[in-house]
Amino acid sequence: MPTIGVLALQGDFEAHQRVLQELGCSAPQVRAAKDLPQLDALVIPGGESTTMLKLLRLEDLLEPLRQFGLAKPIFGTCAGTILLASEVTRPEQESLALMDLTVERNAYGRQVHSQVTRIPYEGGELEAVFIRAPVIRRAGPGVQVLSEFQGTPVLVSEGRHLAATFHPELTADRRVHRLFLDRI
Amino acid sequence: MIYLDDAFRVKVGLAEMLKGGVIMDVTNAQQALIAEKAGAAAVMALERVPADIRKEGGVARMAPISKIREIMATVTIPVMAKARIGHFMEARVLEALEVDYIDESEVLTPADEEHHIDKRGFKVPFVCGARNLGEALRRIAEGAAMIRTKGEAGSGNIVEAVRHIRTIVKEMRQLTVLGSEELVAESKRLQAPLELVQVVAKTGKLPVPNFSAGGIATPADAALVMQLGAEAVFVGSGIFKSDDPDARARAIVKAATYYKDPAKLLEASEELGIGMHGLDLSKLAESELLQTRGW
Repeated sequence: MPTIGVLALQGDFEAHQRVLQELGCSAPQVRAAKDLPQLDALVIPGGESTTMLKLLRLEDLLEPLRQFGLAKPIFGTCAGTILLASEVTRPEQESLALMDLTVERNAYGRQVHSQVTRIPYEGGELEAVFIRAPVIRRAGPGVQVLSEFQGTPVLVSEGRHLAATFHPELTADRRVHRLFLDRI
Repeated sequence: MIYLDDAFRVKVGLAEMLKGGVIMDVTNAQQALIAEKAGAAAVMALERVPADIRKEGGVARMAPISKIREIMATVTIPVMAKARIGHFMEARVLEALEVDYIDESEVLTPADEEHHIDKRGFKVPFVCGARNLGEALRRIAEGAAMIRTKGEAGSGNIVEAVRHIRTIVKEMRQLTVLGSEELVAESKRLQAPLELVQVVAKTGKLPVPNFSAGGIATPADAALVMQLGAEAVFVGSGIFKSDDPDARARAIVKAATYYKDPAKLLEASEELGIGMHGLDLSKLAESELLQTRGW
């Protein structure tokens, strides 16, 4: 049974925890660098990336997370994708730079433009919940695009990492989380 | 069931993203920037903080549009704004402005003494206050996608927020042990739809996120209501009516994350001075309470 930590500084970390536990994983909440060594992988949930970044700096967690990401898989959703990206725009902000992506924050607009929709996936469809979502404006040559929506990538992988601009943790479909577990 | 359709899931989705965070009351762009820099998960735009509304009296309305626009243009985190209870046209104006959440709030002067806004027909999500489970479920039935305890806004006194979160959590727990015919009777007593009562009985939780508001003034206050079951906190007058808004905002953000860790709370509280003065609520007349607005 793998141990997949969920970064629990702020956001929908409990939703990820529920999914991971349902899939048979141990899913402890992670709030400090000392929680990292016992993990096989980490999820960075949705939430407000500015709030998470503030707490990451305050608690000196940025560098330990970067080091963790050089050795083990990280799955980011929405704000998590923003934190994984190598470049963040609107406005520019610091990130972990573990995936070769340029991500624009709140790129679809405000909450009234949030939506539940269907995106193509593995020859079929996948339900996707977009909440004040970012858009991946550039994906580097090493990035594999697993799904696109309205002409931009929304589910991508690079090396051991996985990132979604939507929230698979808020649906009943477990395929994206399973995809992540397969990399461990 | 309205609380399962896609439009409603999107509204609840944003509330999910705010969990573990702090939503701060701000009256201008400068305060909004302080809040964002301190790590607020969202800001609430309003004309006056509740402590000033209480002191100055008069009719408290939706904030001036120019102020809300200024705040929306300044920060990248979600911006909420308050509308008066029952004032569905203030709400429509805020929706057209594209604020991210509307608080149908007892802090403003109610516009309707019988009807809350029918929130189901709006694209923008709503948060509403509640003192007990019946009130929370009535608001959810009307379409609220987030509940917050009312507490006593502008008081700097946590006692009412504690009372309300304890009441809601206890009433939810009680439902989980009742039989099906008892739930029918409870639905009548709570004056709430049976299907919502059944959902709570099954899960022990509200079908929407449950936050706390009304009287939070210190990091320990925030940690207390979160220990009691709140999933995030709203801080109104507590920050910008204190002597140290920057430090206090940062400290409360840290407290909302590390609410189970006394050593971290100590760290967060270390640099703070005296909080807002606050009110002894037992000295207030019933007519001066804000929490009794709405039903």
